[in-house]
Amino acid sequence: MSVASHFSYWVTILLMVAGLYIVIARGNLVKKLIGLSIFQTSVYLLYIAPGKLIGGTAPIVSPAFKVYSNPLPHVLILTAIVVGVATLALGLALVVRIREEYGSIEEDEILAADRADGDHE
Amino acid sequence: MAALTLGIALQRNLYAVVVLSGAYSFLMATALVALDAVDVAMTEASVGAGISTVLLLGALYLCGGEEAKPLTRPWLPLAIALVIAGALVYGTLGLPAFSDPTAPIHIHVVPRYLHDALRETGVPNVVTAVLASYRGYDTLGETTVVFTAGAGVIALLRRLRRRKDGGHKA
Amino acid sequence: MRGFLVLRVVAKLLMPFMLVFALYVQFHGDYSPGGGFQAGVIIAATMIFYALIFGLPAARQLVPEALVETMVALGVLIYAGVGVAGLLLGGNYLDYFVLAHSPVHGQERGIFWVEVGVAVTVSGVMLKIFYMFAGRQRSAEDE
Repeated sequence: MSVASHFSYWVTILLMVAGLYIVIARGNLVKKLIGLSIFQTSVYLLYIAPGKLIGGTAPIVSPAFKVYSNPLPHVLILTAIVVGVATLALGLALVVRIREEYGSIEEDEILAADRADGDHE
Repeated sequence: MAALTLGIALQRNLYAVVVLSGAYSFLMATALVALDAVDVAMTEASVGAGISTVLLLGALYLCGGEEAKPLTRPWLPLAIALVIAGALVYGTLGLPAFSDPTAPIHIHVVPRYLHDALRETGVPNVVTAVLASYRGYDTLGETTVVFTAGAGVIALLRRLRRRKDGGHKA
Repeated sequence: MRGFLVLRVVAKLLMPFMLVFALYVQFHGDYSPGGGFQAGVIIAATMIFYALIFGLPAARQLVPEALVETMVALGVLIYAGVGVAGLLLGGNYLDYFVLAHSPVHGQERGIFWVEVGVAVTVSGVMLKIFYMFAGRQRSAEDE
């Protein structure tokens, strides 16, 4: 086991942790959503990198090639990408509505407004 | 890509962040082509760099494009992130090496798909064959998810204007 | 964007090629990378491009809201319809090999219609979401 053999996993982990950090450490809701999408793309790498065979080619069957990369993760990740953008669209619609109701998209301002409302009741 | 991610995390002007995330998506698509995942790369480039950027810009127009300065230094989230990274690295030491032909994912079902897809479905692109024929139910579910997302956005953002002209406008 | 002549001319020249490329990606998805999702997104991107250059009302006139909303539901119906056709012709739900005279031909026909359904839904949803985001007025701060 050397650095070269597991390097792809470490790149994936770096991106995953960076996305996670953006989600938990930043208060702006739109930035959290972007961090979430970075997290999702790191998961795509996590699935596709083990499927690659050095010397293989894209999984389109043709008489000229013998070794193909694994097509099964590609199918999974195609679905995952489209579902990811659907989630992003719904999340952004929610953020727009929150902005219209609270006047801000910063997490602490929204929580303070909620607490102020709670004190008044 | 690590540099782009760092820029996204630190940059406070949200329009710049959106442009950086579009560049990140394109780089990810390039990396996917290098990993022989051509269908996935095309989808990531069009969806991640195209549609995501358009939606984020639309949302920013409606929300305002500047992020507030954080009040406290985020040391605790950084520590949590590093601890999780350490745990994950320890976990990957047991995973198969990169491009190992004897890894389990290459052995069980995939040889049958690669061997029989052209003969059984008449479609050389194995990814399309698996997506539309062998695993067609999953694609039906995914199409339903996309439909539900559209219906959800319509439900959230529809304006019911009761004004002098009466009736309501979607 | 109305006054920028170069942009308008280039956009009008480019749009047919973008649509043809989307159709190519859709129908050649059996032999090259592509398929329903990518083609649907490219069609939506073409219409968003048109809306960016010529304005949202012009785009709404070209592709009305009712058409987009119909497309959103129609794609899922096409997909489910292929499954029901499989049921009616004697196989299980979403069986393709009963759809034509030979199993391989049936598979090709089934895959074709399924990808069409996927492209219609994806392009409809992306375009509808864009219409909703772009058509919404920024809420005035006087509320």
